[in-house]
Amino acid sequence: MKDDFEPTIIGFLCRWCSYAGADLAGTSRLQYPPSMLPIRVMCSSRVDPVFIITAFLRGADAVLVAGCHPGDCHYIEGNYYTRRRFACLRKIFETLGMESDRIRLSWISASEGPRFAQVVTDYTDKIKKLGPNPAKKEIFL
Amino acid sequence: MSKVLRISKGAEQGVQELLKFLLESGKVKGVLTLTKINNNGAVDYSLITNSEMLKDALPLFPLMPANAGKLLSRFTLKSALAEPIAVVVKPCELRAFIELVKREQGSLENFLFISSTCDGVYPLEISSNGEVAKKLSKYWDAVKKGDIAPDIRPTCSCCKYFLPYNADITIALIGENIDKECKIFLTTEKGKKSVEGMKGQLVEGELKTQEVKNLLNKREENKKKLFDNPALMQDGLSGLIETFGRCIGCHGCSRVCPICYCTLCTFDSKDYENEPSTYETELKKRGGMRVPPNTILYHIGRLTHIGISCVGCGMCTDVCPVDIPLSTIFLKVGGEVQQTFNYIPGKSVEEKVPLTIFEKEELTEVED
Repeated sequence: MKDDFEPTIIGFLCRWCSYAGADLAGTSRLQYPPSMLPIRVMCSSRVDPVFIITAFLRGADAVLVAGCHPGDCHYIEGNYYTRRRFACLRKIFETLGMESDRIRLSWISASEGPRFAQVVTDYTDKIKKLGPNPAKKEIFL
Repeated sequence: MSKVLRISKGAEQGVQELLKFLLESGKVKGVLTLTKINNNGAVDYSLITNSEMLKDALPLFPLMPANAGKLLSRFTLKSALAEPIAVVVKPCELRAFIELVKREQGSLENFLFISSTCDGVYPLEISSNGEVAKKLSKYWDAVKKGDIAPDIRPTCSCCKYFLPYNADITIALIGENIDKECKIFLTTEKGKKSVEGMKGQLVEGELKTQEVKNLLNKREENKKKLFDNPALMQDGLSGLIETFGRCIGCHGCSRVCPICYCTLCTFDSKDYENEPSTYETELKKRGGMRVPPNTILYHIGRLTHIGISCVGCGMCTDVCPVDIPLSTIFLKVGGEVQQTFNYIPGKSVEEKVPLTIFEKEELTEVED
C-alpha cells in the first residue's frame, strides 16, 4: 500500500533562481519524480509562513520553499528574511509536536538543474517513508 | 544600586501621592491609571488631569481590564504626545508597548513610565462580581512574602519578567513592607527629575532583593509544571484539533492581543472568504469539512505572526469564551521562538524585532 503512495509536494520557487533551476532540469532532460507542484513567487521572502501552513492543512504531504543561495538574492537580502521566518515556523512546528520534516527550505540557483532534480528526488523519497499527511483526512481543521 | 525615594506610607497611598504630586507640580499634564468604576471591584484605565479625581485611582490594583500597551499605542499612533503624561502600568504592558513602538505603532515621547514589581493579576471573570475584593488581602500577603499569589492568571504565575524594563519609576512591592512604606525606585534620569521637590527620604536601594530572586525561582518551577502538563495540549495535529476544536471563531484573542495591531486582521479579511470551488475541492478530498474552515490555520498563523513578540500578558486566555489556554500555549511556543533568536520582547526599544533583521551567517541548520 505504502509503495503506491505518491506524495504531493507544494514547491514555492523563487522566480530568479530556483524556478530557473527547475527549468534547467527540464531542458536538460533530467529525470525526477512528478510529485512537486511548483508555485512561482517573485522571491522566497514573498512566502508568508501562513501560505506554508495553508498548504499543509489543505493536505499537501510536504512544502518546499526554494530560493537563491544566501548572498545571491535578486533583491539582495530577501532570502535572509526567508531563513529567519522559516526558522521561526520550524520551531513552532517542533514545539507543537508536528512533523517538521514536512517543511523544507533549500537554496537552488538557476544553474543548478541537477541539484533541483536531486532535491525533489530526495525529498520525495523522504516523504514516501513518512507516509501521507495526517491532515488530509481531518475534517475539523 | 539605584536611588530610592522612601515615603513612610502604604504603597498604594504612596503611589497616589506621587501621582498627585506629579499632576499638581505640573511635571505631567495627565495621569493614566487604573480607576475604580464601582464598588464591585471593577476597574478600568482612565486618563486623569484633575488631581481631585485621583481619589478613585487604584494604580496598583491586580487586574488588567485591557493591556495598556495597546491603549498607549492608540494614543500615539497618529502623533507623539504633545504634553507629558505619567502612566502606571504593569511590566508586561510596558513591554507590549515597546514592541508596538518598534513596529511603528506608537511613540515613547513625553511618557513618564511608572511600573512596579508585579505579582500578577486576576482573571477578568472575577472582576465584576465582587470576588476580587475578597481575594485582595491574600494577594497583598503573597506580595509581601514574595510568593506566587493564588488564583492569578496562569501566565502571571510563571512570568519571569516581573521586574519592569524601561520604566522611569519602579515601585517596589514584592517582598517589601508595603503597609508601612512605599519605596519608589528612580531608575532613569527622567524619573529622578520628575520627583524633585517631593517629600520623602532619598536613599540607595536594590530592587533585585533576595525575595525577588526567590520568586523568580518559584515561577521558573511553576512554569515547568505548567508547560509540561500533558493536559495543556497533546502533541501533533490531533492535539491541535482537540484543543482548538472548541474555538468558536470569535477572534477575541486577536482583538485583545497587544501585539496584534492590524485594524483588519488578514484572517478576517476577504482573502479568507472562500470560493465555492474551494469547498468543492476540499469536500472531494475529505468527504466532509468543518464550517467555517481555517480554525487551526488561524491559531498557528497567529503564532507565526506574533509569537516572536508575545509578552505573555494573558489577555487572550481571559477573553476566550470556551476556555482555551491560549496564553499558556502562546507563551510556550512563542518562548521557544524567542529563544531561537535570543530575544526578550519589550526589553529594549533599540533592539530590532528579529524577523525584521538578519545575520548573513546563521541558522544553517534549517537549510537542507
